[in-house]
Amino acid sequence: MEELKATPLRADHENLKALMAPFGGWLMPIQYSGIIAEHKWCREKAALFDICHMGEFLCKGDVVANGLENVFTFSVKSIPVGRSRYGFLLNDAGGVIDDLIVFRLAEDEVMIVVNAATTDNDFAVIRSRLKDPAALTDISARTGKVDLQGPLSREIMVRHFGAAIQDIPFFKFIKTSILGSDAIVSRTGYTGELGYEIFLPADKVAEFWRLLLEDPRVAPAGLGARDLLRLEMGYSLYGNDLDEQITPLTAGLSTFVNMNKEFVGKAALEREMEQGSFRMKVAFKVDSRRAPRHHYQILQEGDEVGVVTSGAFSPMLACGIGLGLVKPEAAALGTRLTIKQDRVEMEAQVVELPFYTGGSLRS
Amino acid sequence: MAKFYTKEHEWVEMAGAQATVGISEHAAHELGDITYVELPKIGKSVKQFDALAAIESVKAASDIYAPVSGKVAEVNQALDDAPELVNQGAESQGWICKLEGVNEAELGALMDAAAYDEYLKGL
Repeated sequence: MEELKATPLRADHENLKALMAPFGGWLMPIQYSGIIAEHKWCREKAALFDICHMGEFLCKGDVVANGLENVFTFSVKSIPVGRSRYGFLLNDAGGVIDDLIVFRLAEDEVMIVVNAATTDNDFAVIRSRLKDPAALTDISARTGKVDLQGPLSREIMVRHFGAAIQDIPFFKFIKTSILGSDAIVSRTGYTGELGYEIFLPADKVAEFWRLLLEDPRVAPAGLGARDLLRLEMGYSLYGNDLDEQITPLTAGLSTFVNMNKEFVGKAALEREMEQGSFRMKVAFKVDSRRAPRHHYQILQEGDEVGVVTSGAFSPMLACGIGLGLVKPEAAALGTRLTIKQDRVEMEAQVVELPFYTGGSLRS
Repeated sequence: MAKFYTKEHEWVEMAGAQATVGISEHAAHELGDITYVELPKIGKSVKQFDALAAIESVKAASDIYAPVSGKVAEVNQALDDAPELVNQGAESQGWICKLEGVNEAELGALMDAAAYDEYLKGL
């Protein structure tokens, strides 16, 4: 077995008595005080997440000349400097190699932020598609990332790191200085709340983390709470709701695919559009507090029609919620579904996303 | 009255011929935040170590097995809306159900508190 990697905050997590577990090749904090308490803290105050496991690449040069423009499902050259865009890296069959965000740092420089487990493969794939492979550098090891998310996150960030943060709009970022080092503060996140993703040198992360935790409005939250928060918004988790066998069209994410440009996998998506998808993403709410879970079967009137890709008990809705892939005929809003695994069985109904609409995301 | 435990981390406490059943503090702690308890139907008869109820936490779904044979006489209805009571007191207000018609001889197959403590140390 490969040895687990640790973030610069490992000792801090241990001091906070976090429950640690492997995630994407890393030893990560799953919970501190408790998953539901941390989830609630994020919805009401400001929760601090160690996200140092995610990967970051820099790509230098003109994005058309170096070939980056045709690597992802969205246009990079049309991202204004200071903005970021979400989308996909696909294989030839249109399957998702990774979902990622590209930050336009300058006319001739972008940062690509990718999932932890996929970092090495993403780097190799992106590099192989560039006309100038040397343009791409993996800066994951020297880059730290911490997310502060919750309705109070703006006032906390402004108080500690200056007024420049006050006016960052959603999906925009600023380059600034934190603790004497260059940092990027981005108004993005994975929780449905107002919040920031902060990139700073790995060797500054612990100091930053401790400083924020001195604020009584801030509490640490682990990957357990993060998973509940993202699922209440219906955000996909790579490895569960997205993988190399699932296309963005199947996953209901065509908004993040620009068919008016070239990219690897486009021909396969055109075929899927023509022929129709053989399965589709569906969001469903359970009639009880029972939680659907990854790999549970989905049935419609007794026939198996699909599988659960993500599921949990939603503290905000006080019922089970889930995402799944089903035959298209079972995906219509209002469809009644049965979710089943061994002795566990629950009734559910297809609903619209997001499950939770009360977040401070755009406030 | 003494409390007895199973290897699957249920507890049972006798009062006359009636037994109160729940999951141990240790089990509740391991499960984390409890989000759902499937209570058994009143009148249901179970044999010792058969599936009796089910419990879910943010992390996992598990079955609860009957520590002794009997017939379900009462269930802790409060858990329907407040399953977190199990986290707050798994061996007090978080009890699951009461069984009647229990044969005390079956307690011999269970552990007392001291033996259960030893058992936990070995896990």
